[in-house]
Amino acid sequence: MANGVMTQTQYIPYLAQKGLKSWILTTDHKRIGILYLVTISFFFMIGGLTALGMRYELMTPELDFFRSTTEYNVAFTLHGSLMVFFFIVPGIAASFGNFLLPLMIGARDVAFPRINLLSFWIYLAGTAILLFALMQPADTGWTFYTPYSIQTGAKVIMITLGVFVLGFSSILTGMNFIVTIHKLRAPGMTWSRLPLFIWASYATAILQLLATPVVGITLLLLIAERAFDIGFFDPAKGGDPILFQNFFWFYSHPAVYIMIIPAFGIISEIIPVFARKPIFGYKAIAYSSFAIAIISFFVWMHHMFVSGISETAAAIFSFLTMLVAIPTAIKVFNWIATLYKGSIEFHSSMLYALSFIVLFTIGGLTGVYLGALAIDVHLHDTYFIVAHMHYVMIGGTVMGFFGGLHFWYQKWFGKVFNELTAKAAWFLVFVGFNVTFFPQFFMGFQGMPRRYATYPAEYISYHAISTYGSWILGLGILIMTVNLLLPLMKKSNYPKSSNPYGSLSLEWQVPSPPPHENFDKIPTVTDWTYSYGKNRSEANAKK
Amino acid sequence: MSTHDHSEEHHTGLRVYGAVCLTLFVLTAVTVYITKFDFGDMNIVVAMIIASIKAGIVALYFMHLKFEDKLTWIYALYPLFLLFLLIGFTIIETFTRVPVIR
Repeated sequence: MANGVMTQTQYIPYLAQKGLKSWILTTDHKRIGILYLVTISFFFMIGGLTALGMRYELMTPELDFFRSTTEYNVAFTLHGSLMVFFFIVPGIAASFGNFLLPLMIGARDVAFPRINLLSFWIYLAGTAILLFALMQPADTGWTFYTPYSIQTGAKVIMITLGVFVLGFSSILTGMNFIVTIHKLRAPGMTWSRLPLFIWASYATAILQLLATPVVGITLLLLIAERAFDIGFFDPAKGGDPILFQNFFWFYSHPAVYIMIIPAFGIISEIIPVFARKPIFGYKAIAYSSFAIAIISFFVWMHHMFVSGISETAAAIFSFLTMLVAIPTAIKVFNWIATLYKGSIEFHSSMLYALSFIVLFTIGGLTGVYLGALAIDVHLHDTYFIVAHMHYVMIGGTVMGFFGGLHFWYQKWFGKVFNELTAKAAWFLVFVGFNVTFFPQFFMGFQGMPRRYATYPAEYISYHAISTYGSWILGLGILIMTVNLLLPLMKKSNYPKSSNPYGSLSLEWQVPSPPPHENFDKIPTVTDWTYSYGKNRSEANAKK
Repeated sequence: MSTHDHSEEHHTGLRVYGAVCLTLFVLTAVTVYITKFDFGDMNIVVAMIIASIKAGIVALYFMHLKFEDKLTWIYALYPLFLLFLLIGFTIIETFTRVPVIR
């Protein structure tokens, strides 16, 4: 699809330079992508272990694994904070975004490489502050709702300061990606030829840039409330605790899309390659990312239906929430239309992509349930929410993350993993995930509240099944991790081809792993990225 | 990325910057002066209007927004729309709450 790309033998790969300094001071977007990937994966593992501990506790109705209910509260606060702030918000956007964005648009790096490194170090500083604060047990949950977060003895100021610092990393990354996409596209890489992962990254970057400052200000207000006793959120001083929830969710709902839109981008890249068909509805998929980004700012109060907000506002937001289903469904229907009559190859990354479609659809449709006002009143704060949220976050984002890891693994590391083991791990992950979270829909519907360490005996069978599922899921992730790490430790497992899946996207036209500055000469893009299985000029005309 | 001097490109000389600076000082003085008057519920509104004018001048001249292209304007104005959305819906929610009867 492009002129000016390199052959395999002429270059020094970006991983060639060794030593700590070459990593901590690197301004190479690919190395920074790896730094993010390693860090977020580490926190994903820790967050996962806390989840396993919680599930083990919930095997029986009594308190037996943790010593007190407060310890259980600390565990879910740690799980939520690590998974949300350390893993899933920066997750795909920062790791895959950094690695792939310049490669996919035909650039040598991002627009501001030093700011890019600064983003990573700010991210690390934020995690350090947050982890230090979490050494003293905190029990606020990841949402820091007032008035409890004002009254608790936990180090709320330090925790929120950590999140505040993390926010700057997100803002700088978003700004960097927006400028890069506008200014550094290769000649011929028009907006209508842009890979869908780049469209998704652009929509995500807008959310990072515009929504993150709101949570920063909100957390500063909370800090001011605790430190100076001002009374923004304290009714006794003329404040309003619901105001905190309004501010918090004004960011945190768009943040859900910061987590999921990059995964949409990954799925849009994997499916046409392994269906050997041009992506169906290219423009609809591209623009729907923007529609989601815009609509996401109009729905935040659906998190607050039972918090005491007015019925008028609740009715308005219940209606507005339904709108977000439209652009999301556009994507799902277009992916399915792409698969239709395709020559499908079940590569491990494709299995994760197909799982994404199924699981995210379940997560999305149960979200429509929860957007319906009357149903939400019954289901709010039950395990139905836990199941819905995990179907979106694990079934959606994490499946996209795993799919992307398997798809671009050779590109990242220049190594190959064992495909059969990868498929076995996928099977365990898929089965384990569903066994863990599907029963939670039922127990939530029957009234089992979330965030409780103990529960009435009638829920024991659902909880036990869910815990067994978490072990299968954990085993699957462990096998996947070992399968992906082993080739990196061997001096073999080199790929036979730099483009093993026959992808037409620009990043696959350079060797694996890519050279330090990606392209010997900036390529000129002459074709659409998704012209699989047909005459390319015909596909170009039809898109 | 252009490397040449932006102030040259935009013909924004010292005189303009001086006038902007002076305007900001004057508006600061006005902000202080009007505290002598009680506008009742409008106190905050008046203060915010003056502060918004000052912020607008800073964005237009000191941050060169006046000379930027449409895309930069979109990125500058969209957060204002979001702010309007946040405050607007929050006010609607607050004022339509049914009072709690004690």
